[in-house]
Amino acid sequence: MNPLIPLFVVIPLASAFLIMIIGRFFEEFNKYFTSLVLFFLACISFYFLFITGENIFVYKVGGWEPVNNVPIGIYMVMDGFTVIVICIINLIGFLSAFYSISYIKRYTAGNYFYALFCLMIGGMNGVVLSGDLFNIFVFLEISVISSYALVAFGVESNELEASFKYQILGGLASFLILFGIGFIYWKTKTLNIADIKEAFSNGYDKTSYMFIQIMILSGFGLKAAIIPFHAWLPDAHSSAPSPISAMLSGIFIKAVGIYVIIRLFFNMFDISSGMAVLITSLGTLSMVIGVFLAIGQWDIKRLLAYHSISQMGYVVMSTGIGMILISRGTKPEIASLAIAGGIFHLINHAAFKGLLFLNAGAIEYTIGTRDLKEMGGLSKSMPLTSSTSFIASMSISGVPPFNGFFSKLIIIIAAVMAKFYLLAAMAVIVSIITLASFLKFQRYAFFNKSEPVKYKNIKEVPFPMGFSMVVLSIICVLLSLLVIPEIRDAILTPAINILVDPQKYSSSILVQ
Amino acid sequence: MIAYIMCFILFLVGLYGVITRRNLIKIAVSLSIMEISTFLFFALVGYIDGGVAPIVDPAHPAKVYVDPLPQALVLTAIVIGLATTAMLMAVIIRLYRKYGTFDIREIRNLRG
Repeated sequence: MNPLIPLFVVIPLASAFLIMIIGRFFEEFNKYFTSLVLFFLACISFYFLFITGENIFVYKVGGWEPVNNVPIGIYMVMDGFTVIVICIINLIGFLSAFYSISYIKRYTAGNYFYALFCLMIGGMNGVVLSGDLFNIFVFLEISVISSYALVAFGVESNELEASFKYQILGGLASFLILFGIGFIYWKTKTLNIADIKEAFSNGYDKTSYMFIQIMILSGFGLKAAIIPFHAWLPDAHSSAPSPISAMLSGIFIKAVGIYVIIRLFFNMFDISSGMAVLITSLGTLSMVIGVFLAIGQWDIKRLLAYHSISQMGYVVMSTGIGMILISRGTKPEIASLAIAGGIFHLINHAAFKGLLFLNAGAIEYTIGTRDLKEMGGLSKSMPLTSSTSFIASMSISGVPPFNGFFSKLIIIIAAVMAKFYLLAAMAVIVSIITLASFLKFQRYAFFNKSEPVKYKNIKEVPFPMGFSMVVLSIICVLLSLLVIPEIRDAILTPAINILVDPQKYSSSILVQ
Repeated sequence: MIAYIMCFILFLVGLYGVITRRNLIKIAVSLSIMEISTFLFFALVGYIDGGVAPIVDPAHPAKVYVDPLPQALVLTAIVIGLATTAMLMAVIIRLYRKYGTFDIREIRNLRG
């Protein structure tokens, strides 16, 4: 029982209420308080990153010990994979909150913004930490409802329309997930993920098992915007305020979508070859179609949103390759490599996509438009935004020595070694198209000299925005260090070990 | 078994409504129907034929109780459903003020 674990949920929820109460009396309270709280959480999450390693920490809410080896309380589980996602949630959350200190001047209701922001962080931390299916649903709804409100935060016609679309599809996804959870409870009479694994290992009915898997996959796939379910993402992510876009694209779709899919399909369900092939093909489809949809976009944030779909495709495809290899039972080291590539790319994507959305926000903040055709020549007047966005663009398109290159390289090497040559070729081609698309972004936004007069008198963004962007760009460069074997063994390997060995996960949780 | 099938039909009715209706309010109502069918499914999962309410009575220890856990889950889910519906309705009211219509065909700025 590590008493620090529930703090990740309690602190953000409590601070959301504090902001609403105390923020009424002190105008500047909300900004600095949120940044401070999230900085503190980021520090604890890095502390956990150092102490977790191969350990699995379990916190039983309310101290309910198992009766006759049947878990009855709510479990919060911190293991190697959780701690990585917790780190990126709280770090990017802190930087976005710090960035908003200046950005929020565009809007009037600062208290509501920060309260919803804290609720969203608390919900995501809860989803990631929870070892209990229904609890995942509850925290998912907390974060999703606050993200509905944050997408509609501008209350103009576009924002409201995007939020409406998002709510309908998100509601559909929630009921699919709830139906799936109901089915699982019906079949196993338990909700604890580790216990469900044990219950299913005593034999199950094939048809209903498949039905549950499809329900869960489509529900969380809708949240993660994998390709047939992606319709809401470009609207919602481009309409939200920019720090929120950075949170939604950088973290949200991973924490409540990809993370849960990976966790449930590796650690709860038995890996079957049919599901593995399905997940791989969905990932490949998102990777390819997402990038083609992104090419024609002239609105910066829509362009970035479509690229999110495409980059998430890389993660899903590569973990899918790992699943295929595990289901065949051959070449476990290549399966580990593929999963490592996926998780590595997930971390990297949080860093560079968060940074790109913050850059887009900085451009919108200074010149008031998101249309690439109306920009040009910004590199002179906004050197900081220009250089950080150059780093992010090179990272996302996989140019060495930035982090995106190494994760894509690992994914492609794993695909080649597993003899999926077509998938490897597609990954390379998509990467090249991404590069083309981001060169377009760089050229039109920063280097095009067509209208130098119009934007002559603009200034660089204020300090909080600049600080967040610089820190994220440094993280983008530093993350490529994860490719060094010693650092990889310390951070990525525990996450992979926990995923490829479901027996270890369930047994070590149930004995504690 | 018939109850489970009815419950699933209710889910599909809601889904049909979400897909085919053009009116924002009717879409929200259809979504609520889906939600209710899910709650009904949970209640059915916990139901045991001939069971009584799960209040342990030391005088008659041999009673059959219905499963209390799904009922607790449904209560939580109803609260969440209330929040979702309220949020959706708030956005619909705002949309009506902006566009002056509930027709979804006329609310389409975002495309491509």
